[in-house]
Amino acid sequence: MEAYLPVIWAGIIGFAVAMYVILDGFDLGIGILFPFAATDSERDQMMNSVAPFWDGNETWLVLGGAGMMVAFPLAYSVILPALYLPVIVMLLALVFRGVAFEFRWIALTSKRYWTFAFAGGSAVAAFCQGLILGGLIQGVKVENGAFAGGPFDWATPFAVLCGLGLITGYALLGATWLIMKAGGSVAKRSMAEARVLLPAVIVFMIIVSAWTPLAFERVALRWFSLPNILFFWWVPAATALVAFAAWRALNAEHSMLPFFAAVGLFLLGYLGILISNFPYLVPPSLTIWQAAAAPPTQVFMLMGTLVMLPIILGYTIFIYWIFGGTLNEGEGYH
Amino acid sequence: MDHDLVLVSRLQFAFTIIFHIIFPTFTIGLSAYIATLCVMWMRTGRQFYRLLARFWTRIFAVSFAMGVVSGIVLSYQFGTNWSRFSAVLGNVVGPMIGYEVLIAFFLEATFLGLLLFGWDRVPPWLHTFSAIVVAFGTLLSSFTILSANSWMQTPAGFEMRDGVAYPLDWLAIVFNPSFPYRLAHMVTASYLTTAFVVLAVGARYLLAGTHLEHGRTMVRMAIGFATIAAPLQLVIGDQHGLNTLEYQPLKIAAIEAHWDGDRPGDLVLFAWPDETSETNSFALTIPNGASLILTHRWNGLFPGLKSVAPGDRPPVAPPFFAFRIMVGIGLLMILAGLTGAWLWWRGRLFGARWYLWPLQYTWWTGFVAVISGWIVTETGRQPWIAYGVLRTADAASPLAAHTVTATLVLFVLVYGIVFAMGIYYINRLIVRGPQDFSMPSSGAGTAPRLTFSNRDDGHDVLAGARQ
Repeated sequence: MEAYLPVIWAGIIGFAVAMYVILDGFDLGIGILFPFAATDSERDQMMNSVAPFWDGNETWLVLGGAGMMVAFPLAYSVILPALYLPVIVMLLALVFRGVAFEFRWIALTSKRYWTFAFAGGSAVAAFCQGLILGGLIQGVKVENGAFAGGPFDWATPFAVLCGLGLITGYALLGATWLIMKAGGSVAKRSMAEARVLLPAVIVFMIIVSAWTPLAFERVALRWFSLPNILFFWWVPAATALVAFAAWRALNAEHSMLPFFAAVGLFLLGYLGILISNFPYLVPPSLTIWQAAAAPPTQVFMLMGTLVMLPIILGYTIFIYWIFGGTLNEGEGYH
Repeated sequence: MDHDLVLVSRLQFAFTIIFHIIFPTFTIGLSAYIATLCVMWMRTGRQFYRLLARFWTRIFAVSFAMGVVSGIVLSYQFGTNWSRFSAVLGNVVGPMIGYEVLIAFFLEATFLGLLLFGWDRVPPWLHTFSAIVVAFGTLLSSFTILSANSWMQTPAGFEMRDGVAYPLDWLAIVFNPSFPYRLAHMVTASYLTTAFVVLAVGARYLLAGTHLEHGRTMVRMAIGFATIAAPLQLVIGDQHGLNTLEYQPLKIAAIEAHWDGDRPGDLVLFAWPDETSETNSFALTIPNGASLILTHRWNGLFPGLKSVAPGDRPPVAPPFFAFRIMVGIGLLMILAGLTGAWLWWRGRLFGARWYLWPLQYTWWTGFVAVISGWIVTETGRQPWIAYGVLRTADAASPLAAHTVTATLVLFVLVYGIVFAMGIYYINRLIVRGPQDFSMPSSGAGTAPRLTFSNRDDGHDVLAGARQ
C-alpha cells in the first residue's frame, strides 16, 4: 500500500494541474488576446464569456499547490523556494488579473488601466508558469532534502522557451474558447487568431520535444531506449493527428471542435512531460516516494478527496451548463 | 538560520496575511447578510429586499476577488518562504489546508458565479440557495483554516520522529484544545465587523437623505445584530483567554505585561513594557485586576514572562498594545450597539444625528480589531511557529534575504495599489446606492435568458455617457 499511495496521489495532483492548465488556460488566454481586440465592447464580451467561471477555474491552482503540500510536502518545500521568483511574480500577476475582473466594470476613466492589468497580468502569469515548468524539468539542486541552489537557477533559454510556448498555448485555448462561446466579430477574429496560433503552438511543441532529450540525458533514455520507444511512439503520432484535426476543424469553421482539439494537444503535451519525468517530482533527485507525506496523512486526505472530487466536478459542470450558450455583443452577466 | 532572512520572511508573511484577513472577515459576514436578504426577498416577495441584496452583492464581488487573489498568495507562501515549516509539519497541518480547498474554496468559487450572475438566469429559489451555499462555504473555510492555525497554537495528536511530525489521532489534531474558542471568536468577529460596515452605510444614507428606506432597514438590522453579538464576543473572548492561559501561558503573560509569576497580576491598562529591565514603565494599573480576570481570585497567581529565559519569550509590546486596541474597539462596539438599541426602543434612532454621524465614519473599526487580535495571537506565539514544537527561526526557506526583501517590496507596491483602488471602487458603489434600471420581465417563475434589455447595472447609464 505504501508503494501505491504516492502513485495515486501523483495521479490526483497531476489531474488537478491538468484541470488548472485547461480551465485557467482559456481564462488567461483571453487576457493574452485582449490587446488584439478591436473595441472595448469586444473586450467586454471576451471577459463576460468567462466571468462566472474564472474563480472556480483558478481554484484548481490552489488545489495543485495545497495538494502538493499535503501529499508531497518534501517536494513542495523544495520546488517553491527553487522557483521562488517566478512563483511570486506569477502570484502578483494573478492578483492584477483577478481584481481586473471586477474593477474593470466599476472604473470609469481608469478602465483602460484595468484592461491593461487584465492583459498584462494574464500574459505575465502564463509566462511565469512556463518558467516554472521549464525550471522544474531542467532539474533542481537538492541537498539533505532541501533546496540548495540560487535565486536564478531557473533562468535559462529553455525556461524562457517554455514561457513563450505556454503564452502561445493559452492564447490558442482562449481563441478556441471564444470561437465556441462568443458571437459576432469576436468569434470571427478568434478564428483568424487560432489559425495563426495553432501552427505556432505546434512549432513550440516540436522545439521543446527536441530540446529536452538533447539537453537532458534522462529524457532521451526514457523515450528512445528499447522497449520504451515501443510504448511511447504513439504519443507524438497522436499529437500530430490531433493537430491535423484541429487545423481541419478551424478551416471548416467548426464552433466546438477546435477547442476540444486544443485541449487534446495540451493533454498530449502534458502526457509527454509526465513520461519524460516520472517518477521524479523534483528532477533529477526526488521521486514521488521520497517526497511523499506519511501514509496516514495520504490516506486521511485521500478519503475526503475521493468523495469531494466527483462532487466538485458535478457542480462545476452544472455551472457551465447554467451559463451555457453563446454570448453576443452587448450581452453580459454584470 | 540567518536572522535577516527570518525577519524579512516574517515581515512578508505578516504583511500579506494582514492584507488578506480583511477580506475573509468581510466575506464571511457579508455573504451571511446577503443570504439573509435573499431569504427575506423570497419570503416577502418584496423587490425592496432583492434590490438591497443586489446592491451588497456588487460590493461583495469586489471584496471576494481581492480575498481570492490575496489568499492564493498565502497558500503558496507556506512553501516559498516557510519551506521548513511545510517539510517538518506538513504531515499534520497539511490536510486541513487541503480540505479547505476541497470542501470550501471550490464550493464558494463555483456558487459565487450563480450568486453574482444568476439574478435573471435561474429561478429565485436557486439563486437564494446559491447565496446560502456561498455563506456556508465561508464558514467551512473558517473551520478548516482555524483548525490548522489553532494546531500551530496548541499542537495535539502527533509525535515527532527524526525531526518530522507524524499524525497519531486526527480528531485530536482537528479539534485541538484552542480550536473551538478561536473559531467562535473569529466567526463572531467577522459578523460583528460586517454589521458595523452595514451600519455605517445605513447611517451615511440617513444623514445624506438618500435611499432612506434601505438606510433605515440596514441600520435596524445592524444594530439588532450588534446589540447581541458584541457582548457575546466579550464572553467568547474571555473564555478564549482562559483557554490560552491554560495552554499558552506566556502569551497571556505578554498580553498582560506580567513579568513576575510569584506575585498577583495587576490589570495594566496602559504601560510601556521594557524587556531589558523586565518591568513596565509609565504603568496605569488596576491592582490584582489581571488575577481576578484570569484566575477569578484576588491573589491568584499565573505564570510571568520571567518564568522562562528571554529567548523563549514572545515580544511583549505587540501583543500588549494590539490586545488593548482590540478590546477597546470591542467595548466601543458594545456601547454603540446598546446605545442604538436604546434609541430604537425610544423611537429616536433615525433622527439621532449625533449617534449616526460618527458611525458612518467608523466602518473600518471591526477590521482594525480583527487585525489587532491576529497580531496578539500570532506574535504572542513567538518564538514558536508551532508552540513548543518548531521555532519560527528554524522554519524559513533557504533563500537569500535580499531576494525576499525584493519580493516584499513588490507585495507592498502591488497590494498598495490594488487595495487602495478596491476601497475607492467600493466607495463608489456605496455612493451609487441600491438602484435598479429595469424590471425583470417575469416574477418567481422561469427566469428569462439574460439579454441587453433587462440587464440591470448601475454603470449602464454611465457606459452610455462614456461611449
